[in-house]
Amino acid sequence: MSEDLTGLDTFPKLLMHHAKVRPERPAIREKDLGIWQTWSWGRFAEETRALAAALAAQGLKRGDHMALVGDNRPRLYAMMCAIQCLGAVPVPLYQDAVAAEMAFPIQNALITHALAEDQEQVDKLLEILPQCPTLAHIYFDDARGLRNYAQPQLMSYEKLLELGRDALKRDPAALDAEIAKGRGEDAAAMLFTSGTTGVPKGVVLTQHGLIDRSIAAAELESLGESDVVLAYLPPAWVGQFIFSLAQPMVTGYCICCPESAETVMSDMREIGPTYYFAPPRVLEALLTQVSIRMEDASRLKRAMYRYFMAVARSVGGALLDGRPVGLLDRLLYRAGDLLVYGPLRNVLGMSRVRIAYTAGEAIGPDLFRFYRSIGINLKQLYGSTETSVFVCIQPDGQVKADTAGPPVKGVELRFTPERELLIRSPGLFKEYYKNPQATAEVKDAQGWFHTGDAGYVDADGHLKIIDRVKDVGKLGAGPNAGTLFAPKYLENKLKFFPYVKEAVAFGHERDKVCAFINMDMEAVGNWAEKRNLAYSGYVDLASREEVGELIRECVEQVNADLAADPELAGSQIHRFLILHKELDADDGELTRTRKVRRRHVAEKYLPLVEALYNGAKSAHIEVQVRYEDGRTGMVSADLAIRDARIFAPAAAKRAA
Amino acid sequence: MTEGRLQAAERAHRIGGVILAVESVSLSFGGVKALSEVSFDVREHEVRAIIGPNGAGKSSMLNVINGVYHPQKGTIRLQGREFNDMDSHEAAKMGIARTFQNIALFKGMTVLDNVMTGRNLKMRASFLEQALWYGRARREELEHRRAVEEVIDFLEIQHIRKTPVARLPYGLQKRVELARALAAEPKLLLLDEPMAGMNLEEKQDMCRFILDVNDHYGTTIVLIEHDMGVVMDISDRVVVLDYGRKIGDGTPEEVRGNQAVIDAYLGVAR
Repeated sequence: MSEDLTGLDTFPKLLMHHAKVRPERPAIREKDLGIWQTWSWGRFAEETRALAAALAAQGLKRGDHMALVGDNRPRLYAMMCAIQCLGAVPVPLYQDAVAAEMAFPIQNALITHALAEDQEQVDKLLEILPQCPTLAHIYFDDARGLRNYAQPQLMSYEKLLELGRDALKRDPAALDAEIAKGRGEDAAAMLFTSGTTGVPKGVVLTQHGLIDRSIAAAELESLGESDVVLAYLPPAWVGQFIFSLAQPMVTGYCICCPESAETVMSDMREIGPTYYFAPPRVLEALLTQVSIRMEDASRLKRAMYRYFMAVARSVGGALLDGRPVGLLDRLLYRAGDLLVYGPLRNVLGMSRVRIAYTAGEAIGPDLFRFYRSIGINLKQLYGSTETSVFVCIQPDGQVKADTAGPPVKGVELRFTPERELLIRSPGLFKEYYKNPQATAEVKDAQGWFHTGDAGYVDADGHLKIIDRVKDVGKLGAGPNAGTLFAPKYLENKLKFFPYVKEAVAFGHERDKVCAFINMDMEAVGNWAEKRNLAYSGYVDLASREEVGELIRECVEQVNADLAADPELAGSQIHRFLILHKELDADDGELTRTRKVRRRHVAEKYLPLVEALYNGAKSAHIEVQVRYEDGRTGMVSADLAIRDARIFAPAAAKRAA
Repeated sequence: MTEGRLQAAERAHRIGGVILAVESVSLSFGGVKALSEVSFDVREHEVRAIIGPNGAGKSSMLNVINGVYHPQKGTIRLQGREFNDMDSHEAAKMGIARTFQNIALFKGMTVLDNVMTGRNLKMRASFLEQALWYGRARREELEHRRAVEEVIDFLEIQHIRKTPVARLPYGLQKRVELARALAAEPKLLLLDEPMAGMNLEEKQDMCRFILDVNDHYGTTIVLIEHDMGVVMDISDRVVVLDYGRKIGDGTPEEVRGNQAVIDAYLGVAR
């Protein structure tokens, strides 16, 4: 990031700049018919200009919206830029959305033009045509299967491009004038939030906001034209939009589009990205694949893997952070790098990764440390659609498993008394489209954005998100009265152990924290098998003394972790029990997306909650369960209640 | 696909004249009469099914068409040219490709290499040139690779391009076999039970690919199949064999109503 980009306040202007400064450098690659095809910045700009001229001829005007439905493809991104050239706003939609879900955005923004990747997407748009009378032009990229479609709205991408090239020949200056008219405060994109509750909201992001945030993050990580990114997540998701459109436009780096969703792993190995993003579930799936393949490996390889992974766990993270490590350990790690970590990074396609981010949900510390220990610079960040992603990033050398890092340049953080995080940043969204009420609810007069997330800034200045504000409570009585109680934070910490499937923490307005725990049948079953522990079924296994001890160790480890955190030391888990049945969506205990319905569980298992707090050693419970065929039955059990060790807070220990 | 085949007007390749004519073909192995006096024709761009109970002579018929067996009697005319003692190599040269009832792929080779073998007949470079990867061999290989990649894209098997065939599930192996046959750019494609042993989803996929091949490349397809639903849905005309004799021939509707066919399938009280 050493280029002078002053005066280039919109993406189209930046694109024309790259076409001038680095016309031959790769801008975007796509694997087509088994071979990586490259678009240079020059080609990218040329195609974009032709498309823009064509769209203008087709009647797309400044301020209009245009939908794009499809996977990551060079043509999709060229179209996005073309739309921006005219001062219109691209609205990428999730390609796996069903037709009915696409109707709302199109009606909401009175969309007239749309780009569809293939027959599948065209079919969806045609299906909702009766509800969306404004939609007059549908362009398609892949013509396969569309030969017999006679709808007047349809036009192929090639035809559009040809139209544009002719228009451009007739009047090349008109387009330049349109591009010059663009301003930083213009809308650059509208991204619809998934909307788990109520209707989706169109988040309007500005040219200036996106460019400013992209530059701030690129400077922090010193991204440049030699970096390479694999674009494999939906373009309608803000993160992919940033990594594959906004950031390449400010740095000139190259993005690569995989052949299909199934080939991402091998495409990644071929490309060797230097800059990578993955949500925790993707990282988890990769690790599982590695573990499974290691179990099938020869005895020698397994022994080597075990030994060197232990070395990596103890010193790998420290080496990556640049902390001092003894000579012997250094040599051992070097040997491990040669024999295990290097080949492993290669298999994962991460040999060249310089910066990798994860975000979106809490990541298990073991998972996080695994990637860091084998030398992959995995870091966490915090952001959302409304903030143009970059709010907090962990800088190199200051990476922690449970924070999101300090604020990026230009971001101000503040907390309400309820600990809700407020953000002020140049990257904040302009508004929710046509929804001033929703906008006013989250964005106040002073320009603070109310995130709805509860958290605090720790002693090192790192942001730590603990829960949603509406779930956070306080302990009500006893020595820890007033201490923060963040149930989801505690439950997540418990769930990071493979033996714990679900957890429900109680503590709001009470004198201490107690928890229900659901063991993970598969993991605990395996564990029992290895110990020759016979059991007859779930209920039997859950009631075993040995399993109780196993879970107690997990709980105590969580307590030890909490003790190190002055804000949360008071919310250590005093007592717990292991439920005799799995929490299930059919019984109304979980939502369909597998989130615990805390209040419902507390009511249903009231006698158990009372037993946790009245000091009883065991409790009897009888509940109704619903079988998969719809019948119901009663299950009863006597559950043992166990105490967990409580650790003295770290600060107190130091004083003692 | 319940509405049956597309109306003729919507098809890219209108069904044309006779491309393959089988005239009074008889084939016997010693005393066993596999085929006797079978005659039927296949028109250009159509999907033609051969059905019949077990042992009716369907596979033998296919083997006669692509020159594995030589009939004792009768003639076979491909595009008006009569041939009798053709071997399968010549048949391939004349534009006939096929897949097999029990998959006949090179199990240890990757999907890509297997499909590449389908191009074998189109390679002109000499042995020496190929060994040295020089001149014509190099140009040719690039060209063939492109053709193969198009087939791979068409049949949506990009994700297994580099996977050894033996590691693939059965349904995918069948698709790879189809890919190899397609790579030869055949005029006439013979499919021997393309859907045998597949689950419902795999069958649906296969049906779609067969129709796509027929629609996109205009390839004439002759297929043997046991699944009646599939046959009735995707074929233009059906010929029915029983004990080596033809007992029915016509559109799926005609064959469905043919008493001899119903008797052959359900058995008849004698």
